[in-house]
Amino acid sequence: MSYLARRLGHAILVLLGVSILTFALLKLAPGDYFAGMRLNPQISPQTVTALRHAYGLNRSLPVTYLRWLRSALRGDLGYSFAYNTPVWPLLRSRASNTLILSLLAMAGAWLVAIPLGVWAAAHRGASLDRATSAGTTLLLALPDVLIALGLLAFALRTGWFPTGGMASVAAQAMGPAARVRDFVLHLILPAAALAAGVLPILVRHVRSAMLDVLDSPYLLAARGHGIPRARLLFRHALPAAANPLISLFGVSLGTLLSGSLLIEVVMSWPGLGPLLLEAILERDAYVVVAAVLLSAVFLVAGNFVADVLLYAADPRIRAE
Amino acid sequence: MQKKLKFALLGLVLIHLAVLGARFFAPYDPAEQHRDFAFAPPMLLHWVDAQGHLHLRPFVYALVYHSESSAAGPYEDDRSRALPLRFFVESTTTHGNSQSAASGEPQRTNHLRLFGVDSPGEIFLFGTDDYGRDQLSRLLYGGQVSLFAGLFAAVLSLGLGILLGSVSGFYGSWPDAVIMRGAEIFMALPWIYLLFAVRAFLPLHVGAQESFFLLVGVIGLTGWARPSRLVRGVVLSAKHREYVLAARSFGASNFYLLRRHILPETYGVVLTQAALLIPQYVLAEVTFSFLGLGVSEPAPSWGNMLAELQKLYVLESYWWMFAAGLVLVPVFLLYHMVADAVQQAQL
Repeated sequence: MSYLARRLGHAILVLLGVSILTFALLKLAPGDYFAGMRLNPQISPQTVTALRHAYGLNRSLPVTYLRWLRSALRGDLGYSFAYNTPVWPLLRSRASNTLILSLLAMAGAWLVAIPLGVWAAAHRGASLDRATSAGTTLLLALPDVLIALGLLAFALRTGWFPTGGMASVAAQAMGPAARVRDFVLHLILPAAALAAGVLPILVRHVRSAMLDVLDSPYLLAARGHGIPRARLLFRHALPAAANPLISLFGVSLGTLLSGSLLIEVVMSWPGLGPLLLEAILERDAYVVVAAVLLSAVFLVAGNFVADVLLYAADPRIRAE
Repeated sequence: MQKKLKFALLGLVLIHLAVLGARFFAPYDPAEQHRDFAFAPPMLLHWVDAQGHLHLRPFVYALVYHSESSAAGPYEDDRSRALPLRFFVESTTTHGNSQSAASGEPQRTNHLRLFGVDSPGEIFLFGTDDYGRDQLSRLLYGGQVSLFAGLFAAVLSLGLGILLGSVSGFYGSWPDAVIMRGAEIFMALPWIYLLFAVRAFLPLHVGAQESFFLLVGVIGLTGWARPSRLVRGVVLSAKHREYVLAARSFGASNFYLLRRHILPETYGVVLTQAALLIPQYVLAEVTFSFLGLGVSEPAPSWGNMLAELQKLYVLESYWWMFAAGLVLVPVFLLYHMVADAVQQAQL
């Protein structure tokens, strides 16, 4: 258990570090949301000063940070200047949209990657393996943004899929079944674009992890016992190859969240990405800090889940 | 394997040279507007004319505006006006709009270009954009921004990574702890979010040149964590090698040991990282400019050229606007080939 406790403590320390880093960046920045107001002749300098005072922008870095940290621990992540609301409610719905998209893409990518990688490894050097490897090479060279734009153009041309957003304008008036169908239709293309971005990495790792295992003597022994091929691959080889893949699950989450930001903007999926972009353009500082921090929470949580899975899957770690 | 590496390197060098020589290779200035030819489709080079005669010198047909409503698009080829391709033409470039020049007289320069057609007449091999600017010219000039931003940022990142990684691995104790905890913090953020966090607090509206260096700085300075960890690993194992201990017992200084015996061990890792990081950083520039946080119009970059596609009518009707994204594919393929070859050479 001490292994997991150590990992958890480490994760919390890293998150604290990330929050300090983003805050330091915030303070280093020239100008803030209210700097633009100074140029407006209708707003007096006193008003601007009073506003900056009210939002605590005139304090020093450690003081602002500690005050922010104290309220953040109570679940208050500050105030959005541009939306004129607290940050957390704003962020919550956006973050859940990002999570839905990312987790679905993740599940889809793994569901394709595992059979494909195992299959390619089992037929090493055959035409199928070579085709897979050529496919992943090409997919790896296709930038996310190009995939997203291509899929969007496809949706426009065929009219089979909606061209962005999360629900049709008429969704409110639909029955529950029609609404679910509408949501799924909106979800497919962004999730496919996102999954296509991580898929080649996953396939390659599954294949190489499997190759390492397939060469081992105990698998040769298992084959010698006449265990059927499918059972050999999925019951004996895959669990043995699982360790690097479980670690990859944590790492690939980072790639996924990065890719998701861009795809959300291109396909107007109302997730964290568009919110962060808007906040940057508006200099809405606390929204930026909270969105960036939340992305780190997702990634660190993903890595922690990977640690737990590793702990569950590998007796060697438990014995440590 | 060596052959593959040579092929990929040659390809990359050629692409970079083409981009650097944009003044010569591009038929137009990147900001030159042809207002009568907005969204003109790419022209085809012809060798056989309407009468079926073969020409050794390729030619294009002049474009004429037809009508907005026709199914084949608003332009059509004027079969009676063939514009033969001329090589090594002397061309006059008008800088800026004729109205915008403060002096009233637009600045003109003469220089040699690889090809062009006799005026009156235009050649748009990759089509034109909204303002009738030649896409091929913009691609070449835009590559100067996108490719070299990635390259410089990678140099910066690797330099910082080597410095911090070798200090961390070689000296150990508290510098190691500080640097590695720092690296963990940088790696705890999804990469694009990290870039955005840094970009968020820098000036938004800056000139093309400043934004180029700004992006190089942001991308380069945030990417040090992974290379520094890898370099640290190599340094850690190298510093206990027997020849290093021997050199130390002969009285070699720390600096000498690092320079002469330890850093050369890291070359393989650094080269692999370079081949992986450069395309990633090119993409980072493209992403920034695509989202309006990088190099802004009228200076071309592959990112802000792609940004045109965010307008749905452009995305639907003008497929040639994808060119700025499609050029990334061969560039990435070549860099990945280099990375593969370097990695295999190490094994």
